[in-house]
Amino acid sequence: MKTYLLEIKYELLKALRMPQYSLPTLLFPVVFYLFFGVLFNMKNVGSVRMAEYLIATYGAFGVIGASLFGFGVSVAIERGQGWLEAKRTTPMPIAAYFVSKLVMAMVFSAIIVLLLFTVGTLLGGVTLTLGKALALLGVLVAGSITFCALGLALGFFAGPNSAAPIVNLIYLPMAFLSGLWVPILFLPKPIQRLALWLPPYHFSQLALHITGGSRGESVLMHVTAMAAGAVVFGAIAYLGYLRDEGKTYG
Amino acid sequence: MDSTPARFTRVTKNYGTVEALRGLDLTIAPGELVALLGANGAGKTTAVRTLLGLAKPTSGEVRVFGGDPRDAATRTRVGAVLQIARVPETLRVREHIDLFSSYYPHPMPMAEVIEAAGLQGLERRKYGQLSGGQQKRVLFALAICGNPDLLILDEPTVGLDVEARRALWKQIRAFIARGRSVLLTTHYLAEAEALADQVVVIHRGSIIKEGTPREIKGDAATLEDAFIDLLEAS
Repeated sequence: MKTYLLEIKYELLKALRMPQYSLPTLLFPVVFYLFFGVLFNMKNVGSVRMAEYLIATYGAFGVIGASLFGFGVSVAIERGQGWLEAKRTTPMPIAAYFVSKLVMAMVFSAIIVLLLFTVGTLLGGVTLTLGKALALLGVLVAGSITFCALGLALGFFAGPNSAAPIVNLIYLPMAFLSGLWVPILFLPKPIQRLALWLPPYHFSQLALHITGGSRGESVLMHVTAMAAGAVVFGAIAYLGYLRDEGKTYG
Repeated sequence: MDSTPARFTRVTKNYGTVEALRGLDLTIAPGELVALLGANGAGKTTAVRTLLGLAKPTSGEVRVFGGDPRDAATRTRVGAVLQIARVPETLRVREHIDLFSSYYPHPMPMAEVIEAAGLQGLERRKYGQLSGGQQKRVLFALAICGNPDLLILDEPTVGLDVEARRALWKQIRAFIARGRSVLLTTHYLAEAEALADQVVVIHRGSIIKEGTPREIKGDAATLEDAFIDLLEAS
């Protein structure tokens, strides 16, 4: 237990001491939101104010980024540089290593969502009830599990130097095509159909069920898609872990 | 229960068509420092990796205190300094030690670790701010903080200047003096001569000579001459 807490503590310290990595992850979605949600003041999505709609989708966007970078890229780097292996020669429970990074991604996710709430409330005239705000925070933070699994899968197959570019190559197009930057209804029909196959779409729709502005599809479908994503990505990550073991321990 | 710190029995390890180890037989006794000496590519690191449970022998068996090197129970009794490209640089020396100590059931007190690794005054330094020699001493501290009975050092002094190398030797000797065992790989002959009870010379994955440094040296003027003769003869 002590090991788990210490792993978490030092993961947080590492992030705090590398603001050049953590600040962009935290501020990127907020700046985007400020631009599109507050300053740009686009028309409403149905009956929902744009500032409110985009708090859900940029929240999802931020959480996905924190998960892919905080989890995926950091595993790829520590694995590639031999640090993970050095830890594996100790009796450290391997779960402690992954749990600490998951907690880390969730803390980052929560900070991003709270920053969005602050900006939205102060500058965007967003009025979420406390209950809705808490529900949104909960959904967004819980959703990070699926994207941590994706990050982990990438982390086990990408090299330490290629991980960040690969993550960007997946993250940014997937976010756009899922309607996280511009509401999905504003995108062409073929993209709307494609989005059904992208986990961030389901993630954002779950968040939009709380703020209003979702497309009214079944919550169960979105939850199932997110869970299926977590299982598939988790399985791929596990294969990567076995492949790593096999390379060295085969 | 087998209390032999480390025992290799007819260990082979193939990577594809490359035979990294070819029937290695090697025993490390309690209180003994064995130096595994060989040129680059001789199989030293592969031997270390099988001993740490990071690589599985293709055939043969590796036992550490009678157990499987991959078991957590075995790993609590072993510490290792590996050749690592990079260590998280923003954590402080004492933070690294604090974390690694938590992995073990009976860690050494922090102050003892700091002293045994010669890190006094550097506790609050971040890893990235240390010199090469100091960084190696931190890795040494992480290897001993769990109070291991067997220490495995894979070329621990590569790239260090003479002074830093001597400082690390002193710390290794102090560890041995407490009755623990060490497996050290090196291609510095002087290092083997200075530290080892037993020197095992390996070449292309198998042992070509073993004995005390004096025995290995034989009639040659230096251990280095003896080593070169051995390589030429094999």
